[in-house]
Amino acid sequence: MNTQALTDLCYRMADDELILAHRHSEWTGLGPLLEEDIAFSSIAQDKLGHAQALFTIMHDLGGEPDADTAAFMRDELKMRCSHFVELPNGEYDFSLVRHFLFDVAEYVRWTALVRSSVEPLANLARKIHGELKYHLYHAQTWMVQLGANGNEESHARMQSALNEAWPYALGMFEPGEFEDALIADGIFIGEAVAQQRWLELVAELLQSSTLMIPTQVEPIYGGRKGHHTEHLKPLLDEMTEVYRIDPSAEW
Amino acid sequence: MTQQDVYDALLNVHDPEIPTISLLDMGIITNVDVRSDDEVHVTMTPTFVGCPAIDVMRKDVEAAVRGLGVTNVTVSVTFDQPWTTNRLTEAGKAALLQHGLAPPEPFDTLTLKLDVLNNVACPFCGSRDTTLKSPFGPTLCRSLHYCNVCLQAFEGFKPV
Repeated sequence: MNTQALTDLCYRMADDELILAHRHSEWTGLGPLLEEDIAFSSIAQDKLGHAQALFTIMHDLGGEPDADTAAFMRDELKMRCSHFVELPNGEYDFSLVRHFLFDVAEYVRWTALVRSSVEPLANLARKIHGELKYHLYHAQTWMVQLGANGNEESHARMQSALNEAWPYALGMFEPGEFEDALIADGIFIGEAVAQQRWLELVAELLQSSTLMIPTQVEPIYGGRKGHHTEHLKPLLDEMTEVYRIDPSAEW
Repeated sequence: MTQQDVYDALLNVHDPEIPTISLLDMGIITNVDVRSDDEVHVTMTPTFVGCPAIDVMRKDVEAAVRGLGVTNVTVSVTFDQPWTTNRLTEAGKAALLQHGLAPPEPFDTLTLKLDVLNNVACPFCGSRDTTLKSPFGPTLCRSLHYCNVCLQAFEGFKPV
């Protein structure tokens, strides 16, 4: 097994989950409906759990720091999240669209990882696969509800959010440093295949939404190489504040 | 010390959030390895990967086994045998109902269809004329429903 390739893949996935979990948690107490408040908070908690499990796999197999240290003690340059998850929540339409596009991608990734040659990753994938159907169900319901069954304003807002999100969403599939090794060792299907499957599933799930999928858009890359948006640093400062003051604090 | 002694002790360890159900009936204990009268290894797995109650449950399991007089107790949490709601025992489902939670229907874990969440039987009146309000509830493992017959909101234990 190529440990370096595995570690790079896990950091990319874990950092996406960690940062989006933080963004989702910013809706806690502020959701437009109580059920939505609970939904975003629950999805955040699930994603945080996925990140923790990935950090733990790297700790066990790759000799990386334990989950808390990995999550809270790396600076911006060491983070491997995509720009997509760093963006502020914006209006609820953008948060829903990002939730939808990200969770379809997450579903595609974990579905493929069920067959990973790395056993702990495959076991974790079987578990996470079951959880993600609830995320997808929630996201797709709102895409269709506000896209096709709402009014002109809701449709226009969802379409505009989708257009705005699209180049960043494509950026989730920025190739890592070790694509060939990941594929050759049967660890992961690779970003190119993942993106293709994502496009197909997005199209299928949006069929009845009347929303148009943007075409001929250039992806926004950089996050997987440690280049980030201006939004990441303030997020990290807030997320890690307590841990940096006192790593032994419990709350 | 037999494996059964440990299982019997674990029947008294309950879910911190659903006190009617034991961890054993919940199906989250995946292995008990009695190496000697003084060395026991227990393996467990969370209902959801991000379940915040797992640390509490791990400590409760450890304390229960120590209560049998075992000094060397290790409790590990792994995903080697991932939890699904199909691991709930019949006694476990009855315990959920007793707590006012609709137990999950048996479920094929690899299909994406969530029809199984519509028309969940109401834990209060038993009617299946119910509506799913949200797949997310007060804990990661619960969903929100409404009974159109007895007009009560209720929670279900969602199939995963």
